Amino acid sequence: MSKAVSAIAEVEKFEPIEDIGGAAQPLLHVNGLTKHFPVRGTGLFGGAKTVRAVDDVSFSIAKGETLGIVGESGCGKSTTARLLMHLMPTTAGEIIFDARQVGRELSLRELRRGMQMVFQDSYASLNPRLTIEESIAFGPKVHGMSDASARALARELLGKVGLRPENFAHRYPHEVSGGQRQRVNIARALALSPRLVILDESVSALDKSVEAQVLNLLADLKREFGLTYLFISHDLNVVRYISDRVLVMYLGEVVELGPVDDVWDQPAHPYTRALLAAMPSSDPDRRTEVPPITGDPPNPIDPPAGCRFHPRCPFAEALCSQAKPKLSPIGDSGHQAACFMAIPGSGHSRAP
Amino acid sequence: MSLTASDAAPQTAPAGKARGYWANVGRRLIRDKIAVACGIILLLIVLAAVFAPWLHLADPYQGSMIRRLKPIGTANYPLGSDELGRDMLARLIYGGRLSLFIGVLPVIFAFMIGTSLGLVAGYVGGKVNTAIMRTIDVFYAFPSVLLAIAISGALGAGITNSIVSLTVVFVPQITRVAESVTTSVRNMDFVEAARASGAGAFTIMRVHMLGNVLGPIFVYATGLISVSMILAAGLSFLGLGTKPPEPEWGLMLNTLRTAIYVNPWVAALPGVMIFAVSICFNLLSDSMRSAMDIRN
Repeated sequence: MSKAVSAIAEVEKFEPIEDIGGAAQPLLHVNGLTKHFPVRGTGLFGGAKTVRAVDDVSFSIAKGETLGIVGESGCGKSTTARLLMHLMPTTAGEIIFDARQVGRELSLRELRRGMQMVFQDSYASLNPRLTIEESIAFGPKVHGMSDASARALARELLGKVGLRPENFAHRYPHEVSGGQRQRVNIARALALSPRLVILDESVSALDKSVEAQVLNLLADLKREFGLTYLFISHDLNVVRYISDRVLVMYLGEVVELGPVDDVWDQPAHPYTRALLAAMPSSDPDRRTEVPPITGDPPNPIDPPAGCRFHPRCPFAEALCSQAKPKLSPIGDSGHQAACFMAIPGSGHSRAP
Repeated sequence: MSLTASDAAPQTAPAGKARGYWANVGRRLIRDKIAVACGIILLLIVLAAVFAPWLHLADPYQGSMIRRLKPIGTANYPLGSDELGRDMLARLIYGGRLSLFIGVLPVIFAFMIGTSLGLVAGYVGGKVNTAIMRTIDVFYAFPSVLLAIAISGALGAGITNSIVSLTVVFVPQITRVAESVTTSVRNMDFVEAARASGAGAFTIMRVHMLGNVLGPIFVYATGLISVSMILAAGLSFLGLGTKPPEPEWGLMLNTLRTAIYVNPWVAALPGVMIFAVSICFNLLSDSMRSAMDIRN
């Protein structure tokens, strides 16, 4: 490895895009992010309807932190990621990257230098016709780097993600294992020197031992490159391990947000409690015997009025189906929940 | 980096150096006996047609009233003679020039036009897709033989016009294939990843789409060559393609059909050529399809 390290110094790479606001300015601030998909109604006279995939989602990510997003399938986690990457147009909402609003002060091209994404399916996210080196070098070349420099950078990054360039650079994606492919995808995301990396279920498809290696790699890379992560997963153990703060989504909305330990120790929203209770435990005395939550999530085409969780909530009262609880602070650690039981004086019988 | 060392070890290292994709396809094709046999037959026919003037053949236009419809094996007429006493061997070889020409050329043109249309329709999607594909569907609604005859009939007989009409017949089919392949590749994560890296539509098409899309379209187009040859022969047979005395397999089949009771073996020869060439192209395209399946 020492030989590889000495070669690294000469490799040309991009400077990360400018840090504008300093440490106090969140790297990413999302305000009222909304995505509605129009769908055709059923039958001849069924009017057009909309799927509310992501509905008025707001959060921010501080520089250098890891924000985890959890929620069951179809709750809008991946749509949020794609909206942030501007891979699909937003219906409403603003995205502010380091004090610059995307689309106004910050161009899409610059945003893509600042923010990169690693997808879930390690095979589908690599072009089967390109070698690993070519796949990693593609991004830098798009942003004006010469072919030779881009390839040198690709080889350096392969080393950084723990793959020997002399063995892997000229292989094709189908010639390496799933864990190695996901390392390649991470290297590809890092090739533009981003400051924020969105990891959309990036370790979910890997087996447990490889998953642990990739998580450790992610932690190493974060330290080395000063990265900020947005980590999307349905695996609560993984989210707890890697995240500083966690955001819980349900049916396109944020239901709870806070430091990961606070949320784990004192989950305020019944949905979060149900999610945590559904985690398999290796302790026989703490085995879950009663299903913490029943039924499927309601259809996002026609979400329930009031609190979207009320049809499945064991504590639902009349109030819950009439008004929508706002995300409200619990204590002063930044812990917030959107539940009437957490809002003092809300009128719910269990409210403090 | 020590904790990742086990994964980094070359556990799946292939025996040799990794080869390029097309080198792999070629290697698999050479191992396929049917593909090699078809390739050799086609190569011989093409070479014979191209170098016909240097092969010391009889004059394909020179007839002889007293030597009409000689059987196969007659002295100086190794494959017999046709209804005007012209040497069949010479006419079959010279006929290959024209037949291959109007078999292959429309497919090449249709490949270029259809691939561009299909790529644009598949990549851009939405209204552009609807506009292109519904127009294509109009052409697709006609049976291909009927469409070819209608266009050739409207434009008038002649080689250029039959090439034009056959191109029009094949463009919709190739566009269909190109569009469906493009649409499926377009939705793959690696195209999203390329967009996420900030690449423009043109760069994505060139680097990420073309390589994944061209293979299946190319295979499909190769299979169309046989159809094109048969359609071209059919047009000539109907008097809409080549005009006599030009040697062309379809036309020869037509003029010799009156001799089918007199000398059936000689009369069948142009048909045998059409059959041999088209089945070789078909088998070759099948072999290419399996050779290009990357995960094999």
